[in-house]
Formats: sequence, structure tokens, C-alpha cells
Amino acid sequence: MATQLDDPRIIEFDVRTDEMLVNMGPQHPSTHGVLRLVLRTDGEVVSEVTPHIGYLHRCAEKIGENLTARQWIPYTDRMDYLAGMNMNLGWALAVEKLMNLELPEKARHLRVLIVEMNRIASHLVGMGAYGLDLGTFSPFLYAFREREKILDLFEEVCGARLTYSYITVGGATADLPTGWIETCERFLAQLEPVIEEYHALLTTNAIFVRRTAGIGILSPEKAIDYGCTGPVLRGSGVDHDLRRDGEQRYTEMYDGYAFEVIVEKNGHYPKDHNYPAVPGSAVLGDCWHRFYVRMLEVMQSIDLVRQAIDRYSMATGSWGEPIKLTEKLPKGEAYLETEAPRGQMGFYVVSSGSGAIPWRVRARSSSFCNLSVTHDLCRGCLIADVPAIVGSLDIVMGEIDR
Amino acid sequence: MAEFLQAYLAPWWLAYVVAALVHAVLLINVVAVGALIFIWLERKVSGRIQDRLGPTRVGGKFGWLQTLADGLKLITKEDLMPEGADGMLFRMAPYISFCASFAGYLALPFADNWVGARLNTAVFFILAVLGLEVFGVILAGYASASKWSLFGAMREAAQVVSYEVPLGMCAVVPVLIAGSMDLVTIGQMQHGWFTNWFVFHDPFTFITFWVYFTCATASVNRAPFDLAEAESELVAGFHTEYSGLRWSIFFMAEYGSMFAVSGLAAILFFGGWNGPLPITEWLGLADTTNPVLSYLGNFIGMLNFMFKCVFGVTFMMWVRWTLPRLRIDQVMTTCLKYCTPIAAASFLGATLWTYFLPGGLILPNNAYGLVREGQLIDGPYPPADAEGPSKETANEKTAGTGDLISQVAGEHRGRD
Repeated sequence: MATQLDDPRIIEFDVRTDEMLVNMGPQHPSTHGVLRLVLRTDGEVVSEVTPHIGYLHRCAEKIGENLTARQWIPYTDRMDYLAGMNMNLGWALAVEKLMNLELPEKARHLRVLIVEMNRIASHLVGMGAYGLDLGTFSPFLYAFREREKILDLFEEVCGARLTYSYITVGGATADLPTGWIETCERFLAQLEPVIEEYHALLTTNAIFVRRTAGIGILSPEKAIDYGCTGPVLRGSGVDHDLRRDGEQRYTEMYDGYAFEVIVEKNGHYPKDHNYPAVPGSAVLGDCWHRFYVRMLEVMQSIDLVRQAIDRYSMATGSWGEPIKLTEKLPKGEAYLETEAPRGQMGFYVVSSGSGAIPWRVRARSSSFCNLSVTHDLCRGCLIADVPAIVGSLDIVMGEIDR
Repeated sequence: MAEFLQAYLAPWWLAYVVAALVHAVLLINVVAVGALIFIWLERKVSGRIQDRLGPTRVGGKFGWLQTLADGLKLITKEDLMPEGADGMLFRMAPYISFCASFAGYLALPFADNWVGARLNTAVFFILAVLGLEVFGVILAGYASASKWSLFGAMREAAQVVSYEVPLGMCAVVPVLIAGSMDLVTIGQMQHGWFTNWFVFHDPFTFITFWVYFTCATASVNRAPFDLAEAESELVAGFHTEYSGLRWSIFFMAEYGSMFAVSGLAAILFFGGWNGPLPITEWLGLADTTNPVLSYLGNFIGMLNFMFKCVFGVTFMMWVRWTLPRLRIDQVMTTCLKYCTPIAAASFLGATLWTYFLPGGLILPNNAYGLVREGQLIDGPYPPADAEGPSKETANEKTAGTGDLISQVAGEHRGRD
């Protein structure tokens, strides 16, 4: 008969403890809204994570089938509520594609300007909230301090601070107010050095690196298999950005803009700023890289906004009058994906050609696909890593549940 | 005090009860008012660090009554207890925590001999009772009938128990140099210029202080080691199910122990009530024959001590609002792989240093060398005739001070 010492499996079986099912959320400080994760844990070690979604479902798509294209714009705001402008843009482009509407040059630059500003705001929140997930409070408030200024700028543009409904089918609801460009430039000049401080506070912080580097490694193959997009995909080293690789209707907005996709190629990231070096313990596709890609995209967006400001100031023509509220949609269907801060946001619209109200409206959200990898990434990690991994995916529940 | 009261009170034991009550009430005020101030300070400090103002309105200026207003709100809140909770333990836990953190103050001298009870094992006593705080936390986690609380409690148990080891090792280093566990004696020995503080005694004590402070931060559960209440992971950890007054008692216990470990650091390493310069002596306030002057001197000493404690607490706040939280395995690694060996090595180093260079770096006319001669009869020091002439002359030069100090120490012992 085998004794315990002879057969290690016996000991293992002897000391096995019961597994525990723990509910993380929907009311939990670090699940970014109303996400509910069911953790199966053995002590501190998590063996299984099951995300439960749907707590924020508001039937947005069904509502879209009862409203005209322009009327549905405010509902897109409430999808990724941290990047309302990008959501507006996605829907507007999809409808414009259906209507085969061409925009004046100035309107396109205006859109780039606004959308990239919102990307900065969104990534700042992502950064701050990630700090919060890892237990440091201050970066969150620093991020919000800078974001407030962007929201102030947006308030000047459209009167709203969160749900803008500014970019709309046919262009935008209004032109930029006078003096806005100068304020925006001042803000960018002030933001750039601050970002360096954030790098010191988080990106290169020893504890931060120890908490994120090598944690939740997402291989490029797996990222593609799960349909991950945005910084999550690029953090795994896949060179894909719709602003460069997307549909022509979308990429023509960025025609002539100098920007490099933020992705690690040949062992290094594009080097046009004083980025902090990648720590030795970081593995491509881990939480640290996802975070880093977001931080670099802020710098990239600052550049893009500057270029857009130049082009917008030079451009002539209209800023893009929106279409009539009751404008009839032609028969047909259109699907278009844009590069929102969290990944590829796609809108699908089908029109029967009978009126201004689309027959079918669907949205494809990036956070939904990005969230689906949590189960894979969290297997075998510690409880403290679960917020670190979910936070690095930077999900917004409004977009997942719609 | 008890002896003094015995002359006036009828049953002889009543004097001890009254004396104990007076001490306890005074100390409980220190803890309660301290917590009041520290919570306000934490809000202000965190506010400033985060580019905010913090409380500004309650109490007129600077929001200095904010904590009191919050306390009132907490008292009026409904007394909630989860359905599956173990009622007695659930109610008991905050008080155990608080008592543990409060009991540490009994042996903490605020100035020369201004101490609740002068114990000759004060260092040991404080570390022991502060270690009991974990007991309340574990009970709270266990009794709450919540999984998150249980996680917090288990983390706390693992963390605090392991950090006791390096913490104790660090605390032993000043004890070794002083040759006494009595905090009053340790404080008296660092009398004089700031170069007499044990933190500047030798390089090993300097290292020891930092290790001590790290371990103290961990053992009172402050960030980056606040795993037991890790907000983003465990909701609120062991006090997830607590609300109202009970919760605020946990809070008070936390701030109480922060102050206690900072106070211990101040006495063990930073000269306790002795200021950086011997100003009280220059002003003639060290004269113990005059009660008014010595009272004044002690009062200044207490302010010194308080300042050092508040500085320590503020430092902990600064760290908390800057750094992310470590993971549980990293916390244990920090303790077992770094803090413990470093503490052990510097303990060894300090031992050797004390053996070969007993006077410390700043030789030779420091006060504690003289006090030591008066108190330690058979310490590991070379006999007097083996000493060089320079040391002797120095001894002669400051003999007056040394006599005075041993005389003072004797006097205090008598009075107690």
C-alpha cells in the first residue's frame, strides 16, 4: 500500500480545501460599473472567472429601430459614455455610408480633432481607473483633473459634458466657437508634461510594474481568436489600427496625418517621444503593455489633435451641416467599424427604403469581445490580479450591455 | 500618583483605582483626539496631494471639525449586523482592536517620565499589545459571515504575524544599544544633540529605522500593505459588513496604532522627547530641582515628541496616497526575503558596532555613554583603565551632566 510520503497525490488530496464561489460585483468598487464576476477560488487562487453581463441593458438597438437616424445619436452617446464623440462618429459614418454622403474637408478635420480629444479623455479615465484598481487613488484624480479641462472644452462646443450628440449624420451640430482652438492648444501644451508625471507615478513605478508586468498575458493568436481590438489587441503586439487599416470612408478622415500605430515592432515601440523604457519583467501582451499602449496613444492623440487643428484652420468650406431630422434613408444596408478608444466599434444599419426610420440597427462593441478573454486570462491568478486584469482591458459596461 | 492619593483616600486600594482611571482617561483622550485630528489631517494631506482642497467648511476654517461631524453622522446610523453573523464576536471585534491599539499607549512616554506606567519591558509590552490588534481583525472577518471579510481577515493574519518578526528584530537594535527595554531610559539616553539619536548611532541603526518603518506600516495595515481592507479587491476587507459606530472604532484603532508605532519609532530612533538641539538645557529647563521649570521642559519635550509622531503619521499618509498596493505574495516576499534578513543583518552589525565602538559615531562626550555607565554594571565594555586618555578627559568634562541624569533617573524611579 502506498503511504502518503510515497505518493504525493495523496498528500495533495489530503490538504485539498473546498473551493469557494465569490461574487465580485455588480456592486463592487473595481468592476467598472455593473459587471458581475463569479470567481471560483481556492483560498487566494482563482481557478475560474465567469463574467455575467446585462445589468445595464437598455434596449438601445431596439430603440434605434423606432427612431430616425439622427434621433438615435443620443443613444450612441450612452454606449461608451467615456467616449461619446467616438460613438457618435461611428453611427454617423455608418448612416453616411448607407446614404452615400460625402463630407466637406473641414468637417472631416473637425471630426478628427474632436474624436482624438475624446480619445485622450477616455484613456485618461482608463489610466486613472486602472490606478484605482491597483490601489492608488491619486492618479485617478490627476486624470480627472485633466479630463475636466477636455470636458470644459466639449461643453463650449456642444453644451454637454458627457453625452454630447455633437458629431451627427452629415457633419456636426455646430462649428467650433471662436477662440476655442487657442484654448485647446494651450491645453495640449499643458497636458504633455503632465503625462510624463503620470509615467513616473504609474508606468515606471516599481510596485506598479510588479503588479502588472507578466500578469494576464494575452498571446496575439488568442487576442485575434477572441476578436479583441483596440489597445488590448495592440498590447499583444498585433499591428492593427482601423485609422490606418479601416474602411476607406473612415481612413480618408486621417489622410495625410502623420501617425504611427502604437504597437511593439521588432522589440520596441515607435520612438517619437520620450517614452519610458519597457521594464525587463514585462512580457508582450501582459497588463503592463496594454496600459502602456494606452498611455502612448494619449501622446499620439495629442499629435493628431495638433495636426487636425492646423488642417482645420486651413480648410475652407462648411463644417458639415447635419441632414434633416426626417431625411429619408435609401433602401440598403451598411456596416462600418471605427477605431474607438476601447477598440473597434461597429454599427450596422438596414433600411427598407420606406422612410427615415431604419429597419434594423445593430452595434458591435469592442468591450464585449475584450471582456470575453477575462476567463482565459484570470485562470490560476490571485484574487488581487482579477481587478488588475479586468482593469487593463478597460471595459465600459454601457457599451457591452447597450 | 497612587502614593500621593493614598494620603487622602480612605481604602488604600482606591488610590490605585483613581490613579489608573486618571491615566486611562488622559490616554484615551490622546487616542480619541489624535484620531480626530489624524483623520482630518489625512483628508487634508490626501486632498493636497491630489490637487484638491479637502474639507474646507465644517468648523469655520480648514474644515477642522469635519471628523467630528462625520463621527456624529456615524453615531446616528442604523446599527447593522448581517443575518448570518456571529453576534457576540461581531460586536466584540472592534473593541478588541481598539483596546489593543489603546493599551500600547500605557507604556509610551510622551516626555521624560510622562508615561502612563513606566515599565522596564515597555518595548516588549507595546509590540505585544499592538500585535493583539490582529485578533480583533480576524474576529471581525470571521464573524461577519461574508467571504470578502474572511479573505481580509486571513490576509491580515498572514501579513501581521509575519511582519512581527522583522519588526521585533528592528526594535531590539535600539534596545541593544541602550541596554534597556525601558522606553524612558532609552529616551533619556538620546538626550543632547540630534547626533545622539540612535538613528545616527551607526549605519546599521539607520538601515534598521527604515526597515522598522516599513514593517510598522505593514503591521498597522497602511498602504501599500493595506491588503486586509484592499478596497479594489475585497470591497473593504474585514470591515465590509461594519457600519456606523463600530466601523469608526476600527478606524480609531487604525489611527491609534499608526500613532503608537510612530511614537515607538520616535523614541527608539529619534530621541523621543529630545529636540534636535539641547534647547531645554540652554534655557535652563532641564533643571529638575525646580518643578515649574522641569514641567516646562517636559512640556516642550512632549511637543517635540508629538511633532515626531505626527511627522511619522504624515509620512505614512504620503506613502499611502502615492503608491499602488502590493499583492499578497509580494507583501510576504518583502517581509520574508527582504525585511527579515536585512533586519537580522543590521542587528548583527549593530551588535558588533556596539561592542567595538560603544560610544557611537559622534564620540566622545555624548550623554548616553555616561548614563550607560551609571546603569549597566557588567555590560560588554572594556574596563575603565583600558580606555584611552581622551575618553577619560571627556568623561571628566561632562561628568556633571552624567551625574545629573542618573540622579534624575533615580528620582523618577523613586517617585513612581
